Amino acid sequence: MDWQVILESLPPYAQGIRTTFILLGISLLSSLALAIPLAVARVSPKSWLSCPVWLFTYVLRGTPLLVQLFILYHGLAQFESVRESAAWVLLRNPWFCAWLAFTLNSTAYTTEIFAGALKATYIGEIEAARSYGLSGIKLYTRVLLPSALRRALPQYSNEVVGLMHATAIASTVTLVDITRVARDVYANSLLVTESFGVAAVIYFVLTFTLVGVFKLLERRFLRHLQPQTQRPQAASANP
Amino acid sequence: MLHGYLPAILEGLGLTLRVSVLSLAIACVFGLIGAVAKLSGSRAARWSADIYTTLIRGMPELVLMLLIFYGGQIGINALAESQGWDYIDVPPFLAGVLTIGFIFGAYLTETFRGAILAVPRGQAEAALAFAMPRALVLWRIVLPQMVRHAIPGFANNWLIMLKASALVSIIGLDDMVHRAGLAAASTRSPFTFYVAVALIYLTLTSISIFLLSRLEARYSLGVKKVQF
Repeated sequence: MDWQVILESLPPYAQGIRTTFILLGISLLSSLALAIPLAVARVSPKSWLSCPVWLFTYVLRGTPLLVQLFILYHGLAQFESVRESAAWVLLRNPWFCAWLAFTLNSTAYTTEIFAGALKATYIGEIEAARSYGLSGIKLYTRVLLPSALRRALPQYSNEVVGLMHATAIASTVTLVDITRVARDVYANSLLVTESFGVAAVIYFVLTFTLVGVFKLLERRFLRHLQPQTQRPQAASANP
Repeated sequence: MLHGYLPAILEGLGLTLRVSVLSLAIACVFGLIGAVAKLSGSRAARWSADIYTTLIRGMPELVLMLLIFYGGQIGINALAESQGWDYIDVPPFLAGVLTIGFIFGAYLTETFRGAILAVPRGQAEAALAFAMPRALVLWRIVLPQMVRHAIPGFANNWLIMLKASALVSIIGLDDMVHRAGLAAASTRSPFTFYVAVALIYLTLTSISIFLLSRLEARYSLGVKKVQF
């Protein structure tokens, strides 16, 4: 173990962690914002709404993220019209391409997770809401979505961890994230433990921090679904 | 078609398929050993299986692949040196397959563990009551019945693995993505080639989904469907 190499590579690793975090953060926010309306469309009985969303998630989930990223970053440059358009400033930027690829990919998976949770809603909840006169948008924003998004939390936490791991692919399009730093350290020192080993430890710590955060969120938002350990107070008050 | 590069891409497809199928076989072996270890009475076995799955699932596949690919080569050479053997060159194909198999073995461990637990206890108990040896109980009673429960998780992992095989192009294997990159560089039409590769992957996943749903139906023949 060469501690000198590890010590010297700590500042680049800090930068790499920052890049990974920014990529993860912006992709998560945009995919969450897109996935909620798309999930509602996905479970809609109107086929002109649900079919395009189905096709979108099917194609995005059926192809590797690496290839999707390459299509955006390397592929679009093939067309002169793209290179001369105003969007080229964005499309030649690796940050933008990585953000777009991760957002689209994560939106597809998150949409399916949320749609699954919506479909699994207990029919009584909807009947109760309808009997109170809720319908349309109100039914969704007041009853269906708050209930379904909570129940989707455990699976959503898997998707968040998966996306964090997927950001390692950004290292293939010149972005200097944790993985890229590790590959550079390896190229310079040819020491595996000091390069990929350190990166693996960082990812491991990040993974279990995320898992811990989601455990706390689940305890907060899924309290009503947890098994009852104590007898309810009211029962002992009225013998 | 594809500027005459179609045969080259299809050759790459052959490598992608070989990597995926061989890794799946290795992952199944690791998965079964892991699942049996997790459910065994020995504390050492349970702990090592827990460490295996926790470590592997806590890191990106790409980083693990690089770690095992480069680290394994160095480790084997260190071993060879200490034993006085000649320099052993690990072929990238073997390293890639072993790495992916080892990684997805951890995911399959959880799938198989859940599936084994889903087999009613009475089945194994009855077999044990007939004095069947434990290994035979596992082989003849538990494993055939757990297949049905394992298929959904297995299908999921196969699809993830098929897509993860695209990553072997990064450790220098000459797969479909690598071939597409070469063809794109010489014809200056990267979009055409990467979209072609994406379509091939989409076809592979579609065929897989179809076949696996048939398989699930086959293994669920004797099970009554729930009717509401």
